[in-house]
Amino acid sequence: MSQADLSVPFRQRAGSAMKDAFLQEALTIATTKFIGLRREAFGDFPEGEKLRDVAREIKEATLQHLDRYLEQLIDNVERLGGKVHFASTAAEARGVILEIGRRAGARMAVKSKSMATEEIHLNEALEQAGITPVETDLGEYIIQLAHERPSHIIAPAIHKTKGQVADLFAKELRRTVAADPEVLTKIARGELREKFLQADLGITGANFAIADTGTIVLVTNEGNGRMVTSLPRVHVAVMGVEKVVPSMTDLMVFLAILAKSATGQKLSVYTTFVQGPRRAGELEGPEELHLVLLDNGRINQLAGPLREALYCLRCGACLNVCPVYRQIGGHAYGHTYPGPIGILLTAMLSGPASVKELAHASSLCGACAEACPVRIDIPRMLIELRREVDETKIAPRTERAVFKAFGRLLTRPVLYRLAARIARLLQRPFVRDGAIRSLPLFFGDWTRTRDLPAVAPRTFHERWKELAREAPP
Amino acid sequence: MTAPRVALMVTCLGDVFFPEVGVSIVRLLRRLGATVEFPPGQTCCGLPLFNSGYHTEARAVAARTVALFRDADNVVVPSGSCAWMVKHEYPGLMQDPALKKDALRLAGRTYELSQFLVKVLGRRGFRATVGGRVTYHDSCHLLRGLHEAESPREILRNLEGVEFVELPGADECCGFGGSFAVRLPEVSSQILAKKLENVEATGAACLVACDAGCLMQMGGGLRRRRSRVRAVHLAELLDGGGA
Repeated sequence: MSQADLSVPFRQRAGSAMKDAFLQEALTIATTKFIGLRREAFGDFPEGEKLRDVAREIKEATLQHLDRYLEQLIDNVERLGGKVHFASTAAEARGVILEIGRRAGARMAVKSKSMATEEIHLNEALEQAGITPVETDLGEYIIQLAHERPSHIIAPAIHKTKGQVADLFAKELRRTVAADPEVLTKIARGELREKFLQADLGITGANFAIADTGTIVLVTNEGNGRMVTSLPRVHVAVMGVEKVVPSMTDLMVFLAILAKSATGQKLSVYTTFVQGPRRAGELEGPEELHLVLLDNGRINQLAGPLREALYCLRCGACLNVCPVYRQIGGHAYGHTYPGPIGILLTAMLSGPASVKELAHASSLCGACAEACPVRIDIPRMLIELRREVDETKIAPRTERAVFKAFGRLLTRPVLYRLAARIARLLQRPFVRDGAIRSLPLFFGDWTRTRDLPAVAPRTFHERWKELAREAPP
Repeated sequence: MTAPRVALMVTCLGDVFFPEVGVSIVRLLRRLGATVEFPPGQTCCGLPLFNSGYHTEARAVAARTVALFRDADNVVVPSGSCAWMVKHEYPGLMQDPALKKDALRLAGRTYELSQFLVKVLGRRGFRATVGGRVTYHDSCHLLRGLHEAESPREILRNLEGVEFVELPGADECCGFGGSFAVRLPEVSSQILAKKLENVEATGAACLVACDAGCLMQMGGGLRRRRSRVRAVHLAELLDGGGA
């Protein structure tokens, strides 16, 4: 299944995802594996809990003075010979990047995995401008072949089984391909090697940028990030403004918890530090380095209800543990960022009305907040979004009427007790053996798969009088 | 120690659907020497309103609950989620300073049942009402909200006549989530199905939880699949006799 059609209600999108047997198989295997690996990684690392607190404090302190750290970052990147661009919107960011490409006369761009470029829908824009984008992260390469979008923040092709990937490669190469990850990786590597050498433009995201050194930091597992940042003539890094960190010391704190949260690795295989373009006398590196700082709704939330979502490191841990994500995968959410944090990021980028359904795509179980390396209180912000959706009257009118009536009932005890008695009368035709198997209307949404307990023959309120008499003197 | 005074907050689900849980709690606490009161006029803690974003309405419900329980020494709640609502959300919801003060006091005196038994009364040894194998599901709000994994397990491990086994994935949500269960019933039901497969694999006769919401969901699912496993509240297992 590819990106969902947003005109279809979320409940139906989720329903289709749950009927996709391949997706279900792939999701269960991958998320279970990630959960186990993460647990082991932190189990072997007793300092982890404390470091998560420290990381959270660094994020908070950095956002307090974001303007100052960004200025420092800009100064240092430019001092090293790079150029910094600021983009308020996705369209501005695309414009900046296309202009860079045009001036470089670029025909092909190799890309390292980047959610920020997904967020601004860069690939479509590049294609339209006559620059062929080539994704070089294996997962991204797969979904580019399939003309899909990532369904997970760090594992973009998590929704595909190895069998599906083999079929995809076979179709592309017009030969049979074994469903063996090693074989598949080798094929992709062979295909990509050439592209790295042909491309004029290397486009990456950035996991961090260090304010006091002007270093752009990329964390990858496949080494493709290094090729993208060193082989093409021009390197463009696109980064959300919130990803700046003050110093190398701060970076170490994040590196110590990022990969453990994401994949359960102690560290990712490659941590790439980009320190300006190629300098005189150096043998490799791009001639030009551009850093695009992306706002796109982030700065607004510095003083907004979603501020904490700006701490996000994009590790994906909250997706893996989310019971909803684990059933439906990323595409059903219908936006660039899936999962619990994705709902918050979507609201940040597109406003609360864009998540009026998604705000409820959570049982508020809290597993996300527990797994988050910087302890973002995602459930709390989901409730906040629901409140906003209610108070700005975006929520459906009937729903609002029902909840408001329920609220009135709960502040009127006599009425509340009467309602229980009325329900007891109304349920009579449906009760068998103390439970209800089937109810009409929207009650059926419960009873289709679950029995509903019947209103008790006597409520606790009705039993209290005789219970009170049982009390020892 | 003088007899502790306990006010029971039976909760809406406890009142209407599971009154026997409240009855078990009253009898159990009395046997342990407590005086049990039931402040009349209580309805619901307001969590369903709060979680769905209806905070004005939740505030009104919370304010009258705070007033009803103002004089209580200890408040015992059969559901971790309702206890969490009172302890974590009530103070922030109150706008009137006097009410806020009362809410903070109430938050400090409110306990989910297993916590009250183990941490306040110091009781761990109970006799069971049934025999056989039991397993335990961690309710999300009790586990991740009130950080309570141990008290119910301590009781179950020490429960005479019962074999306690851990449930694989005990800390994973059962898919209830209040209105979530009917807003996205298909997702909720698939989460539940996976939970119940784990439950049945333990070979337990009873699935124990400390939250009426989870019990409604898991109990309803077990009945629908005609399982021989029964979903019960911790209190129902302990009714047989005090320590």
